[in-house]
Amino acid sequence: MRFEGKAHVVGDHIDTDAIIPARFLVTADPGELGKNCMEGLTPGWVRRVSPGDVLVAGENFGCGSSREHAPLAILGAGIPVVLAKSFARIFYRNGFNMGLVLLEMGDAIDRLGDGNALVVDVAQGVVENRTTGETFQVRPVPGFMMEMLEAGGLVQYVRRRLGGAA
Amino acid sequence: MGQSLAEKILQRHTNDPVEGPGQIVRCRVSLALANDITAPLAIKSLRAMGVSRVFDPERVVLVCDHFTPNKDIDSAEQVKVVRDFARQFGIVHYYEGGDVGVEHALLPELGLVGPGDVVVGADSHTCTYGGLGAFATGLGSTDVAAAMALGETWFKVPETIRVDLVGTVAPYVSAKDFILEVIGRIGVAGALYKALEFGGPVVDAMSVEGRMTMANMAIEAGGKAGLFAADATTLAYTAAHGRTQDAPIVPDADAAYAQRLRVDVTGMSPRVACPHLPENVKPVEEVSGIPVDQVVIGSCTNGRIEDLRVAAAVLRGRKVARGVRLIVLPASPKAYRLALNEGLLEVFLDAGAVVGPPTCGPCLGGHMGILAGGERCLATTNRNFRGRMGSLESEVYLASPAVAAATAVAGTIIHPAQVAG
Repeated sequence: MRFEGKAHVVGDHIDTDAIIPARFLVTADPGELGKNCMEGLTPGWVRRVSPGDVLVAGENFGCGSSREHAPLAILGAGIPVVLAKSFARIFYRNGFNMGLVLLEMGDAIDRLGDGNALVVDVAQGVVENRTTGETFQVRPVPGFMMEMLEAGGLVQYVRRRLGGAA
Repeated sequence: MGQSLAEKILQRHTNDPVEGPGQIVRCRVSLALANDITAPLAIKSLRAMGVSRVFDPERVVLVCDHFTPNKDIDSAEQVKVVRDFARQFGIVHYYEGGDVGVEHALLPELGLVGPGDVVVGADSHTCTYGGLGAFATGLGSTDVAAAMALGETWFKVPETIRVDLVGTVAPYVSAKDFILEVIGRIGVAGALYKALEFGGPVVDAMSVEGRMTMANMAIEAGGKAGLFAADATTLAYTAAHGRTQDAPIVPDADAAYAQRLRVDVTGMSPRVACPHLPENVKPVEEVSGIPVDQVVIGSCTNGRIEDLRVAAAVLRGRKVARGVRLIVLPASPKAYRLALNEGLLEVFLDAGAVVGPPTCGPCLGGHMGILAGGERCLATTNRNFRGRMGSLESEVYLASPAVAAATAVAGTIIHPAQVAG
């Protein structure tokens, strides 16, 4: 898995109400949710995103609600990967379950600026900042989670477990 | 080495030996829960998984409490999906309408949760049941769907932060103040990936409802669970709610903790969490005088009968300040009925409050108390993120029922003693 896109930097403790405010939780459609991604942070935020772009966040990204609509909204906005200093626990599980790639970068996150051109190699655990020429080795995705991502998420995993068609 | 409460409870639900933090264990779940926002996604996932039955129709709980009574056509359609699923799959514990309550207030009252249980819920405040000695945690819809199908899920065994509450509790100071104090000290990411285990003499003397208020907000410190030992008080509570087989559960004396925090509550005054994070905690005196437009008393944090009694004691014979909207939402049908029988609803109405049905509505900016731009609310709820209760330009302060009731009377944030003596 390899992604190339422009960085969109947000701050610390970006909560699920910022990612997708409750008033939009009357649908489970990623495309619909994506239209309002980050609406609780900056109205109209999603208009600056191009498909394949990378979200870059600070500490505790995704804190708050268990709403799976949050990773779905990010995916729906066309963002396949989030890099953060750290993630909130429920969001971390939800991301992988939904097929959204999450990489923890710790303090190295501060070396990524808004608009930087990034290349993310998930399998190698490498983030390259083409704008500054820096390369970072990040904490790799645990094997367990990688398998789930490759299977297409938790739904496919359970389907297989129950003996259904893959 | 002994086991923390989290380790001890997880051990009861897995065949693998629980060796310590970081280990991934598969656990059987006692209960899987979802609500009207998260169940539709769980149902979608279940169908995509090819599931035609749940692991146990008696141990899947669906509570339509967020946008109900339905606020619009979309939410009505969403609840219909849940209702139809419940019928088709023979779900025993499906709640809406007159039997619905705010889920985390409702389930303990129905006796559906008890000590030693492992509960997963597609709602972040599922951690509330830690107040009963259950390992309970919020997960996303698809994780909960998998648990509904398989009757099990996986957990990383968490490290535990042990918090001991000691000292003498002042009047008008309660569980909400203690948990706000803890969150203020460790921050909203202070317990990230960890369990919070509460104990000490203050906890020993605390009601189960108070313990649930504290466990409820473990997630506001990033915590995976907020745990309390199940003692005689717990067992008396669960027995009163139809569970007579429950047994005590306590952490081992030599359990290993990642961190220990001792909070001496002697001399502590009520706490208020200021916008826009639950960690922005100050003594009430420091924010005294800030005017409010709305006060909300309710939610899975502080909408139980004990909370309503405290609020009514402050409001009795007093009026809500002109220009302030006080909204009181008993968190469950039982709390509502008790409040009615005890004359508390009359106190609220006499004071000029709006008394509404059990619903999560205003807490998450869903309905029944949305804030306009520039408005300020003090609420007994659990979150004050920017825009949580409505406009991005509104503000939410979090406090106890006593502070909320006093603030409604004064029209400005105030120490309850200044209103009620």
